[in-house]
Amino acid sequence: MILSIQNVVKRYADHTALAGVSLEIPKGQIFGLLGPNGAGKTSLIRIINQITAPDEGQVLFDGELLQPKHVEQIGYLPEERGLYKKMKVGDQLMYLAQLKGLSKAEALSRLKDWFIRLDIKDWWNKPVDDLSKGMQQKTQFIATVVHEPKLLILDEPFSGFDPINANMLKDEILALKERGTTILFSTHRMESVEELCDSIALINHSQVVLTGEKDEVRNRFKKHAYEVRYSGDLGESKAFEIISKAPENNSAIIKLAQPDQTNQAIAALIKQVDLFEFKDVIPSFNDIFIQVVGETK
Amino acid sequence: MNKILLVIQREYLTRIQKKSFWIASLLGPILITAIYAVPIWLATQDKEVKRIEILDESGLFQTTDLVDKEVEFKLVNKPVSDLKGSFSKEGYTAFVHLPKDLLTHSEDIKIYSEKNLSLPLKSSIERVIEKKVRAILMKDAGIASEVYEKTQIEVSSETITVSEMGDETSSSSGGAMILAGVMGMLLYITLLLYGSQVMNGVIEEKSSRIIEVIISSIKPHQLMLGKILGVGMVGLTQFLLWIVLTIGLSQVASTFYGTSPVKQKMEQIKKGDPEVAKKMDDASPMAEVTKVIESTNIPLVVGGFLFYFLFGYLLYSSLFAAIGSAVESAAEAQQFTFIVMLPIILAFIMAQFTMQDPDSTMAFWASMIPFTSPINMMVRLPYGVPMWELATSMILLVLGFLGCSWVSARIYRVGILMYGKKITVKEMAKWLFYKG
Repeated sequence: MILSIQNVVKRYADHTALAGVSLEIPKGQIFGLLGPNGAGKTSLIRIINQITAPDEGQVLFDGELLQPKHVEQIGYLPEERGLYKKMKVGDQLMYLAQLKGLSKAEALSRLKDWFIRLDIKDWWNKPVDDLSKGMQQKTQFIATVVHEPKLLILDEPFSGFDPINANMLKDEILALKERGTTILFSTHRMESVEELCDSIALINHSQVVLTGEKDEVRNRFKKHAYEVRYSGDLGESKAFEIISKAPENNSAIIKLAQPDQTNQAIAALIKQVDLFEFKDVIPSFNDIFIQVVGETK
Repeated sequence: MNKILLVIQREYLTRIQKKSFWIASLLGPILITAIYAVPIWLATQDKEVKRIEILDESGLFQTTDLVDKEVEFKLVNKPVSDLKGSFSKEGYTAFVHLPKDLLTHSEDIKIYSEKNLSLPLKSSIERVIEKKVRAILMKDAGIASEVYEKTQIEVSSETITVSEMGDETSSSSGGAMILAGVMGMLLYITLLLYGSQVMNGVIEEKSSRIIEVIISSIKPHQLMLGKILGVGMVGLTQFLLWIVLTIGLSQVASTFYGTSPVKQKMEQIKKGDPEVAKKMDDASPMAEVTKVIESTNIPLVVGGFLFYFLFGYLLYSSLFAAIGSAVESAAEAQQFTFIVMLPIILAFIMAQFTMQDPDSTMAFWASMIPFTSPINMMVRLPYGVPMWELATSMILLVLGFLGCSWVSARIYRVGILMYGKKITVKEMAKWLFYKG
């Protein structure tokens, strides 16, 4: 486990942001931290970054109690992010890299590599003011990863990215994962969860309401429903229940009477209609999100 | 510690690299030099001689009575109504009507002029008339004119301070006052200037949203400290540049004066009239400055200035930083900056009184209370301050700084992460007691 969050409580004057949150984040994964606005994600992220301290509970980083030296092994891209507008891109990145504990020489050589890699060599002496939004996002991303952190925390990383930059970011995230970096990834955008995450945790009302590996969570929310395409007249059967019908494309969603008794359902179906397709309905994370958040209101 | 150095370095370099820093560094000494040089230059310029007509109905005046350096008088004998129409056409600034019974009704003198008469010109005219009238009255009273001449003396004094050890130093009250005023003013300006620079720096980090990235690498109080120290070093650099450039410029200026017609003119005046020359030497600004330098404990004053600048700046800039952290824009900051500026302005106003009476009860307390002591103690210092008072004031200032920076750091760490909320002073007070 790169991060072990144990029963963390954080209270503010007028509300409790985290009410006993426990989470295990395994090494080398892309871990999705989901939850509606105001659920407590940012509070948790700030505690991991040691920007604030928990009122109760503790956080272990790589088996050790979280302490100031660990900031150099964490990279953080906040949701609301900015740069010094008047500073030159190169100076700015040198500053941020050195704040993360890199020596001057090391920072310079790594930044040069990044500038070549992202093909932005001629930006070094440009003031940030002259950069487009997309260019600033690339700069911020470099600042987040230049010190090669063990844990990368990305808060809504795709917000405001155009599709080209979003793709670049996605490729870079996957490349970092290949190299063993753990990525904690907070988002509302469920399609990026489906695409990138290995595990997820859902936080709602200051508590973890759902956690697990992506496929395992999906299985948990399977409703034993199947999508069928056919021709003919589909009627009632003991083996299944028709949830919805779409006669215009000859398809329907059915739910099995007995879980996992797919053969019986198929046998019942082919007696009634010509069956073309019989497909497991996998719940989307969007559906899971809405369902769980709705249930825990 | 390394990280604080990084912050100091960034704050320092980004400011030093700005054009405005160099403009201020260059303009400062030019202004200071100009403040000294322009009056000297003006004083040595030939003044335009004003011409005045005098209608003397009393018949007491002769042309030889009417002599003045800056005014040329001419006795005329025309009716008042004619003079009214003609004086300005003939190039006279004014004409004076002296009544028949001048000796008994000296208040009936009338001066006619086209524009309002300047005060110095009016008093030149009155002086000349007064001198003659007084001489006549003296003579009538039986006092010989030689006796009268002898009584025309001018008193000037030398002030000497006697220390407890019995050492005597020729001091300069006027000089001490100038020095006190200059230093009080300099502290006032720099406290406001660099304090608000710190505040704007904090607002910039917050409003550009880089703050969260920075404080994920460094503790908020370290960032605040680094910023304050970095800007403070910019202030010291500026002082240093001002001093070096002022000395350089005044060297250049004095060599220029050395060969200039102005200097020659001054020499001529001195040769012509030894008494005038002596007065000029005594009254010249350079003589005054030299006297101040001789009579002041320079290491104490310079050391005191650096100390009070540094700790006064640290105290106020930490408060400015706290305000910057609580707001999202410079416009929003205005209502709070007034709270911090108020004691600085108050200290400056008090300093005006301290300068008049540096040993008053008010001056004493103003130089003890940490918020007002930097400016007020600096104003008192050139006059001489007992050691124990200086030490107490310094200790209190350091304690005041520690207290303010504690309060500020606690407001700062909460404030920098607070967005979209209208902050009140009450709200800030609550932040003091938030946990980590």
